[in-house]
Amino acid sequence: MIYADNAATTKTSRAAIDAMLPCFDTVYGNPSGLYAFAQQAKEALEDARARIARCLGCDAREVTFTSGGSESDNQAILSAAKAGAAKGKKHIISTAFEHHAVLHTLKKLEADGFEVTLLDVHENGIVTPQQVADAIRGDTALVTVMFANNEIGTVQPIRAIGAVCREKGVPFHTDAVQAVGHIPVNVREDNIDYLSLSAHKFHGPRGIGVLVARKGMRLYSLIEGGAQERGKRAGTENLPAILGMAAALEEAVQNMETNAAKVGAMRERLIEGLAEIPHCVLNGDRNERLPGNVNFCFEGIEGESLLLLLDDKGVAASSGSACTSGSLDPSHVLLAIGRPHEIAHGSLRLTLCEENTPAEVERIIDAVREVVAYLRGMSPVWRDLVNGKTPFVIP
Amino acid sequence: MKKALIAMSGGVDSSVAAFLMQQDGFDCIGCTMKLYDNEDAGVSRTRTCCSLDDVEDARSVAFRLHMPYYVFNFTADFRRLVMEKFAQCYARGVTPNPCIDCNRYMKFDLLYRRAAVLGCGVLVTGHYARIEKQADKYILKKASDASKDQSYVLYAMTQAQLAHTRFPLGSLHKTDVRRIALENGFINADKPDSQDICFVPDGDYAAAVERICGRRFPDGDFVSADGSVIGRHKGIIHYTVGQRKGLGIASSEPYYVCGVRACDNTVRLGRIGELYRTEADAADFNWIGGSVPHAPFTCTVKLRYRQPEQPVTVVPTGENTVHFVFGEPQRAVTPGQAAVLYDGDIVLGGGTLM
Repeated sequence: MIYADNAATTKTSRAAIDAMLPCFDTVYGNPSGLYAFAQQAKEALEDARARIARCLGCDAREVTFTSGGSESDNQAILSAAKAGAAKGKKHIISTAFEHHAVLHTLKKLEADGFEVTLLDVHENGIVTPQQVADAIRGDTALVTVMFANNEIGTVQPIRAIGAVCREKGVPFHTDAVQAVGHIPVNVREDNIDYLSLSAHKFHGPRGIGVLVARKGMRLYSLIEGGAQERGKRAGTENLPAILGMAAALEEAVQNMETNAAKVGAMRERLIEGLAEIPHCVLNGDRNERLPGNVNFCFEGIEGESLLLLLDDKGVAASSGSACTSGSLDPSHVLLAIGRPHEIAHGSLRLTLCEENTPAEVERIIDAVREVVAYLRGMSPVWRDLVNGKTPFVIP
Repeated sequence: MKKALIAMSGGVDSSVAAFLMQQDGFDCIGCTMKLYDNEDAGVSRTRTCCSLDDVEDARSVAFRLHMPYYVFNFTADFRRLVMEKFAQCYARGVTPNPCIDCNRYMKFDLLYRRAAVLGCGVLVTGHYARIEKQADKYILKKASDASKDQSYVLYAMTQAQLAHTRFPLGSLHKTDVRRIALENGFINADKPDSQDICFVPDGDYAAAVERICGRRFPDGDFVSADGSVIGRHKGIIHYTVGQRKGLGIASSEPYYVCGVRACDNTVRLGRIGELYRTEADAADFNWIGGSVPHAPFTCTVKLRYRQPEQPVTVVPTGENTVHFVFGEPQRAVTPGQAAVLYDGDIVLGGGTLM
């Protein structure tokens, strides 16, 4: 099997597993206990917090542990909204291609009387700082823009957008789930007020993430209970996962340059190899994209069939956004960059990591070429396109 | 090995069908068609995603049988080919049967094409009906268990479709099916049979039609056979031929809906005697054998799913049109419903009543 779905989740690294194991049977105390044994756990917890903060360029006190990216997004946005509403500010700016953890939270706020402006992300999948500047109003409570897109991998000009927000005095949140561990992210230098991340996207364990809230930014608890995480997130700390996350993040940050160079080269070859297929198009900006992300649309192809047959050939890939049933809906991201409905249905996302090899990339290219040709060979839609009965959307 | 794609709804029937195909030596793939979003069916988004409980039941059975299992998203096609057609029929004053369209356009056409993509030459469903080969023709027959027979909703099948479809439950009784499910520890062995139209789970057809059409239907006049106005109706989509309840007209002798006319937005009411007809026509008629009979002949007909068969003289009037002369007057012949012809156990064909 060739695993090319690293944006969905990653294999947990050896370093992360080794960091976690002692927590299950050696340092298993509850960090809230007052005896010495619990203090060991508490120390390990705070040590992990400090190391994670160093990797992110923020203060340890600004790091709150959550269950992952979705929870962090929810908490950041709802907190900023509540703080804004208290001052009569009920306007939020975001983009049309955010993750559903952001978009659905914004929908909920809209129902509560907030006004939401979703910025256009253009055909290249990038929003500009100028758009943000133009959209900010006196009653803007929050700007939330993802660091890098989960489907098409485009990297946003976060530092410049942060600077615009800072200048106008508007809190700025970024969903950095796809970026952290893969490209440089620094809370201070990038002018970020709230940041969400998830450990399993950089070879950490699942079910653990971080919400960074810069000093002075309000944070309201979504989960009531004990006083863990300084009262901002109740529930006994998931210490094994937190230690695994810290180890994975340190490893990812240390090796970032080497990994990005290796993965980036494989991405280039993959894009080059797939681009030779007739009537296909790369989604997202050619250059401003994550090192491991490749996303193509193929005309006359159903994404579902493409994935099933690639699975049959041993390639694990994805397309669109999978609903909980595992079936596919046309991607809101591809619709946001202007791909028509029928094209958005025929997309393929391949996401590589440093464990993939150039030989695997060649096998992926061959497999995609074969499957696309096979599916087009039996597609009435493709026949109509070739016969000129319907025009091609992708030249 | 021969490969089969099993259409699994999450119910006990299709689960047992999957098991039987596997026993029969087929390399099986299970799948569930995602046909609509909850919003389309008027169910709150927050409840579950795309009838997720059914999907989880089907998945559980497929896993138990060690079959690969997929959910296919056919929502756009289902909306276009089934739901919108259903709503348009009501808007035209006729009473459709969307299950027939779903079998015809979704299961035995689009899903079969998906099966072909996956290299499966056989499509399997949990319908109660039998397919047999006689000489060079395939015939569609009623199920052995008469109380479960579903041949009525399968009349639109073609020779090509019959050739690559299997109904493993056709010769079984429902009690056998539940027993097989229990023996194999299927999670859904005791699940009740589905009753309603799947995308109208609350049974409120009129609300579904308005939701799909995105508009309301105006109220209008109840008229009698001679055209005189005898009351107000609340929109034609609320009425179907033969209906007695919910008319809101006080009368010593009950009124029945005898006709629904979209062109002048009227609903014609009459006494019980006016509901009976001795003749009818059907269009969009499918002769399962593939050829149209040359001369009139007699057989039996079902004008509704659960109606006992009635004697009829059939007069083919064109490639796909048929005239019926009933042996006895028939109550509430409803435009839009299917008329299906039988010769004993064999389905001869069927069409849509005009």
